[in-house]
Amino acid sequence: MADYAVEMRDVSKVFGDVVAVDHVSMGIRQKEFFAMLGPSGCGKTTSLRMIAGFERPTSGEIYIDGKAMGNTPPFQRNVNTVFQSYALFPHMTVEQNVGFGLEMKGLSRSEIVRRVGEALELVRLPQMAKRYPRQMSGGQQQRVALARALVNRPDVLLLDEPLGALDAKLRKEMQIELKTLQREVGITFIFVTHDQEEALTMSDRIAVFSKGKVLQIGTPLEIYERPTTRFVADFIGETNFLEGRVQEVNGEFASVIADGGRRFVGRAMDGVRPGVQAVVSVRPEKVQLVEQPDNSPNCYEVRVHSIAYVGSDTRVIVSLGTNHLDVWEQNTVSTLDPNYFFKPGETAWLTFKPENALVLAQ
Amino acid sequence: MIQAFRERRSLRIAGLMGPGAFWLIVFFLIPLLIMAVISFMSRDQFGFPAPPLTLQNYGDVVKDIRFNPSISFAGGLNIRLFDGLYLELFWRSIWLALTSTIITLLIAFPVALFMSRLPRRYRNLTLFLVMIPFWTNFLVRTYALQFMLRGNGPINTLLRTLGLAPIDLLFTPMAVMVGLVYGNLPFMILPLYTSLEKFDWTMIEAANDLGANTLQAFRRVMLPLISPGLVAGSILTFVPAVGSYITVELMGGGRTNMIGYTIAQQFSASVNWPFGSALALLMMVIVTIAAVLYFRSGRGEQRAVL
Repeated sequence: MADYAVEMRDVSKVFGDVVAVDHVSMGIRQKEFFAMLGPSGCGKTTSLRMIAGFERPTSGEIYIDGKAMGNTPPFQRNVNTVFQSYALFPHMTVEQNVGFGLEMKGLSRSEIVRRVGEALELVRLPQMAKRYPRQMSGGQQQRVALARALVNRPDVLLLDEPLGALDAKLRKEMQIELKTLQREVGITFIFVTHDQEEALTMSDRIAVFSKGKVLQIGTPLEIYERPTTRFVADFIGETNFLEGRVQEVNGEFASVIADGGRRFVGRAMDGVRPGVQAVVSVRPEKVQLVEQPDNSPNCYEVRVHSIAYVGSDTRVIVSLGTNHLDVWEQNTVSTLDPNYFFKPGETAWLTFKPENALVLAQ
Repeated sequence: MIQAFRERRSLRIAGLMGPGAFWLIVFFLIPLLIMAVISFMSRDQFGFPAPPLTLQNYGDVVKDIRFNPSISFAGGLNIRLFDGLYLELFWRSIWLALTSTIITLLIAFPVALFMSRLPRRYRNLTLFLVMIPFWTNFLVRTYALQFMLRGNGPINTLLRTLGLAPIDLLFTPMAVMVGLVYGNLPFMILPLYTSLEKFDWTMIEAANDLGANTLQAFRRVMLPLISPGLVAGSILTFVPAVGSYITVELMGGGRTNMIGYTIAQQFSASVNWPFGSALALLMMVIVTIAAVLYFRSGRGEQRAVL
């Protein structure tokens, strides 16, 4: 078995004069739950379709289980797809839909019946075998689509925004279910989504796409805590940006002189050298508001602009010079006293530790 | 209250169906019944329907059929069990109509497929182009076709210019076929296009993804899903072709006889309304049975999966 279930080597795809996928190289490991994340039009779906065989790369090569795919048509690749629209065959019952792939492989009827039964058990729909897709809810159709793909025991399962059409509650349930299912069946899952929370929740690793390129590949922790570019920091979760110029780099840390002459210190990321344009990125939950200045190098007096109590935390927007910053204070104390919270117009001290901020080269 | 609601609803249905039903009853059902009655009548001295009632008109058709097994090699192998003028007429009409339907389908399918794959703004334009011939009278268009196929028409002129021998095109079964296919093409294209336009091509990708090659994906997924258009187009083409009269007369020149032409003659030249009515009803029964069988087989195809 090859190291990678799927590998893309310098793959590009051009439609007319649009570069959909731009020299993408990445390896997806065996039995990994891998997410391709990015805004619409970033090339993630095109990449998935090239792995499935629906599109041919303009240049570069895709390897599945170590074998170069070249012009191998979809029906000769041992991968299966769960489509965004599910693409269930409306003229076939659930069991005919699920059995279709096995029938194409020429399996015996008894074997088909047995494996279709197993697959429907797996997605918890055994009593639905005789129904037609139109007689089922969106969530049920989604499970049928999963069963129809998994029953073929593919090397890799490709999922194209499979939860996009479901309502929020059902989506949360299916996220957990998909993750559990993946562990159960031990198949590599490649999952396309534009929902960063979904990607963080489910994936072993995430590839963040933007404008046809892969900006960063890493675990959810790496992607969230150590984004290497401004785009990734911005796209995954919420963050505050403070723009400026790098003053000095001192080991792991760098200082930035921002607008208004304020100096901030954070972790120096790739490409940070004295004199370059940079941005300090600090997440709202990693910033504190205090009444007295502390000894952090990132401590400045700010004015409270607005405040929103959201239960688990209080979201404060403060102004620092021309910048507005989000501060999320966790509500660790149970109180009914309104004076416990800051009020708009009040002044406070904003502080964050250098190890909790990143300095990203622009 | 529910009762009142039901009554209102049935009233509304009656209101919607009423005009159509009235039209069909007065101008289709009643004439059909009159024709059925005439088919059991005798003729008076001028040839018009008159009492007494008789089975003779149907008897003439049945008596005409003789058991006469024969094998001939004229134009390929012909094996026949029965012989008879009217049997042959029915058979030739159905055969010619069926062949023309298949040819029409083969021509219409790529056209409809192409139209359905065009960007949306061009689709209406092509639909418009398909319908343009309807603006000209069918008779006029058939005369134009006659002109094309004539001995000194454009086709033969071209052949002669190329130094080839001219061919007899007009007043042959081939000419009738050309006329039928030409006339029925829009009736095949339009329903096919409607089905193909609605067709979700992700279905083909899904089938390919599950291991079906192009042919299997077409047969197992596309064909069943576009069958409503296929069936509608085939019936809209087959039924008029079986009974076609103008095309047979103008393109076949009376040499390629079909049942529709014979029936028309019974009502005009031969002045034998009862016999014409009997032939027409027999044709209707045969076509209806054929259509039902076709529908059945179409549904059976769909059921046969897994």
